[in-house]
Amino acid sequence: MSTTSTKKSSAAKKLLVLAVGLGIVTLSACGSSDEGTSSGSKTVTLVSHDSWAVSKSVLAAFEKQSGYTVKVLKDGDAGQAVNKAILTKDNPQGDVFFGVDNTLLSRALDNGLFQSYEVKDAAAILPAYRTDDDKHRVTPIDTGDICVNYDKAWFSEHKLTPPESFDDLIKPAYKDLLVTENASTSSPGLGFLLGSAAEYGDDGWQDYWTKLKANGVKVVDGWEQAYNEEFSGSAGGKKAKADRPLVVSYASSPPAEVIFADPKPTTAPTGVATGTCFRQIEYAGLLSNARNSEGGKALLDFLVGKTFQEDMPLNMFVYPVREGAEVPAEFTEFGPQAKDPETMEPAKIAEHRDQWVKSWTSLVLK
Amino acid sequence: MDIARTEVAEAAAEEAAEASGAAGVAARGRGAALRGALLALPVVFFALFFAYPVAAIVARGLHVDGDWRLGQVGDVLGDSGIRHVLWFTFWQALASTALTLLIALPGAYVFARFDFRGKQILRAVVTVPFVLPTVVVGTAFLAVVGRGGLLDELWGVRLDTTVWAILLAHVFFNYAVVVRTVGGLWAQLDPRQEEAARVLGASRFAAWRQVTLPALAPAVAAAALMVFLFTFTSFGVVQILGGPTFATLEVEIYRQTSEIFDLGTAAVLTIVQFVAVGIVLAVHARTVRRRESALRLVAPETTARRPRGRGQRALLGGVLVSIAVLLVLPLAVLVQRSFATPGGAGLGYYRALTRDDSGMFLVAPIAAIGNSLQYAVAATGIAVLVGSLAAVALTRRDAGRIVRGFDALLMLPLGVSAVTVGFGFLIALDEPPLDLRSSWILVPLAQALVGVPFVVRTMLPVLRAVDGRLREAAAVLGASPWRVWREVDLPMVRRALLVAAGFAFAVSLGEFGATVFIARPDNPTLPVAVARLLGRPGDLNYGQAMALSTILMVVCAVALLVLERLRTDRTGEF
Repeated sequence: MSTTSTKKSSAAKKLLVLAVGLGIVTLSACGSSDEGTSSGSKTVTLVSHDSWAVSKSVLAAFEKQSGYTVKVLKDGDAGQAVNKAILTKDNPQGDVFFGVDNTLLSRALDNGLFQSYEVKDAAAILPAYRTDDDKHRVTPIDTGDICVNYDKAWFSEHKLTPPESFDDLIKPAYKDLLVTENASTSSPGLGFLLGSAAEYGDDGWQDYWTKLKANGVKVVDGWEQAYNEEFSGSAGGKKAKADRPLVVSYASSPPAEVIFADPKPTTAPTGVATGTCFRQIEYAGLLSNARNSEGGKALLDFLVGKTFQEDMPLNMFVYPVREGAEVPAEFTEFGPQAKDPETMEPAKIAEHRDQWVKSWTSLVLK
Repeated sequence: MDIARTEVAEAAAEEAAEASGAAGVAARGRGAALRGALLALPVVFFALFFAYPVAAIVARGLHVDGDWRLGQVGDVLGDSGIRHVLWFTFWQALASTALTLLIALPGAYVFARFDFRGKQILRAVVTVPFVLPTVVVGTAFLAVVGRGGLLDELWGVRLDTTVWAILLAHVFFNYAVVVRTVGGLWAQLDPRQEEAARVLGASRFAAWRQVTLPALAPAVAAAALMVFLFTFTSFGVVQILGGPTFATLEVEIYRQTSEIFDLGTAAVLTIVQFVAVGIVLAVHARTVRRRESALRLVAPETTARRPRGRGQRALLGGVLVSIAVLLVLPLAVLVQRSFATPGGAGLGYYRALTRDDSGMFLVAPIAAIGNSLQYAVAATGIAVLVGSLAAVALTRRDAGRIVRGFDALLMLPLGVSAVTVGFGFLIALDEPPLDLRSSWILVPLAQALVGVPFVVRTMLPVLRAVDGRLREAAAVLGASPWRVWREVDLPMVRRALLVAAGFAFAVSLGEFGATVFIARPDNPTLPVAVARLLGRPGDLNYGQAMALSTILMVVCAVALLVLERLRTDRTGEF
């Protein structure tokens, strides 16, 4: 700042300079952001949710081999990310969106989020996961099961067999043991509700939840609270002296308890009730108004490629959808994939979702 | 922007009309021009990064297929579920405010009037919760009031998922607002006035009621309104501690926007929240102005002394115990968990922070500290620039009513949900020259939005206290307005400016709601990294989240301690 200026209007002038200065900073900031998204067809942008993860080396190898630089935008939790992508579809933030699952797929497709592209290795994708085969607007990338997890130590201490099925959960032996998530704000919570609806039918699930409620199910708002605060089998739960040995989580949570432990235990502290699983499939697609659609296509091919598919499990804790992709030993050993999980067509989910969540809310929370 | 320009023009016209003589008109014209120049940047900033994005997302919700769906307002407000949410939001905020005042006012007195060892550190500590993100301490708070917590072990009382957990957590988070706002003023009230009243025969209570209380009342009202504002818009506390049965308006807006994707309902609720917050702010602005009535203030160091007698010592003890249980204990739980590795107490989780083997961040989690600091520095720069320009403009004696109204307007970002602002940014700032959606600057801009109100609130009282005659004298002696400011105002407000900067810095460090929307994967901030770690199973992830939270807490506490050292003679409201 100048120390000698005594001219009358200098203050006003300086402020103007400051204002213009901030304007320039702002403009130059957008300039630099434009470079990233539109000008270089050598940059391809992936929009995803917070759980997106990949090994650095795998991403670097793709960049080297394809010549594209990958920019990643994480856009909040899964629901948020999909909604934001729909809001910005005319002028998207990127080229490829990854992370819309079967519970939200119809919302994305009905809103015209994606354009058609059939990946090179489409034939390598296991038939069970394929969908939208006539239009190829989305490509399945990974799958995972939402299942009830149990605290092994608790059950052996209480000399009780852990539950295996939906039916078991309403038995008196398991009273006051289960914690689950709010179906209207949490994706495992919704998955568990849909699983019960698939098991007991469009009309039977309400009766099931009445019994579950009578059997003392506890509902908390999100997965973090349920798993880290209420579930006695998790690391956080142990520290919080949690007292619920059953929680709605993922089939891949037990392997994660082994992998993210130091020293690594020889066996997982938690297990999966394999008869309580609901299958989630996550898709990716080329965004409708992608600026770099060529790069986007290359990126989609990469996501289905063997390298990425085999890298996924230890980063995102999901299973590959590609035939013959190898799953790490920790996965098969500590968290075998459910053999016969509940499933539901995305169109059916779209049709009932809001109504079911509404009646679930008044049934269970009030 | 148009709206803002009219505002300034109207204000100028108002003043011009008020002026009597020709010279007065000229001087006032010049004053208005200067004030306009001062306000230009804050107005542009506010219009571009707050009003426009929020208006855009609200319009998107209500303007469907070329039609305004105003009928939705009635539909939404007619819904019994929504009315229940509204009612709960209102009464829990009222109850939280009352409880916070009840517990924190004795604290304000103790901090103002007593001298005791560790007072400065303790004042920094009680402020830490206020600037920490709920995602970090909400769970620690649960450890105290929930199962296996202190209350549970002592008396078998468990408050998790009850409304009590929410109310107590609101005390935890807002204690500092009362201590700083009320205590700051209390410390400067001359105790001799009360003593004089007692000499004249008033009882202790009567003296307090007739001398101190009236002087203090506006500060209490201001603090109460701030606490009401923060608890009315409570989000994380209600979600984590209240369970799914309790929802505030803010939680419902988040649900409608993020999960259900019913932008129409979200827009109506945003407007409702806007109106409610607007009323609170209008009342607040009024009390703040009344508070400007001249009080005889003295240096705070002269009013505090060591507690004497059993009553005073008991009061001090009681306040210290309540702080220990309600504020320090939850923070201590966090620290303890960050050291509790499976192999016993150790630094294992802290060491793990330096490894970058997880594909989740693409950097070692520890790098989040550097990111947070960089963002916070940028955000502080913006907030101080915008906030102090606004404060200078607002203190000018010729500031009209409309200009003063801008004061309340600058507070609005504190009362609008982060999800609304975040979605608004997304659809409003998406075209050149303002395609900022993927630019790094968006994070500091969003954080500055929250920082500006604190800068304004800290600077205003100090600036208003500068004797206008000093400025006039300098001007008569031929100093330019800039020189007047540099030679008269700056030396007096320099420390306040630093305090404001410190507060904006700490608030930016802890900001979560808006940042999480826009933070990039390769440079997460501390709160964002903590949230991501908490989102994964496994001992190491949980432990690292606790370790990072502890680091965030220490960084905030250090920033606040430095701020304590810089406390001005006349404290602002925070």
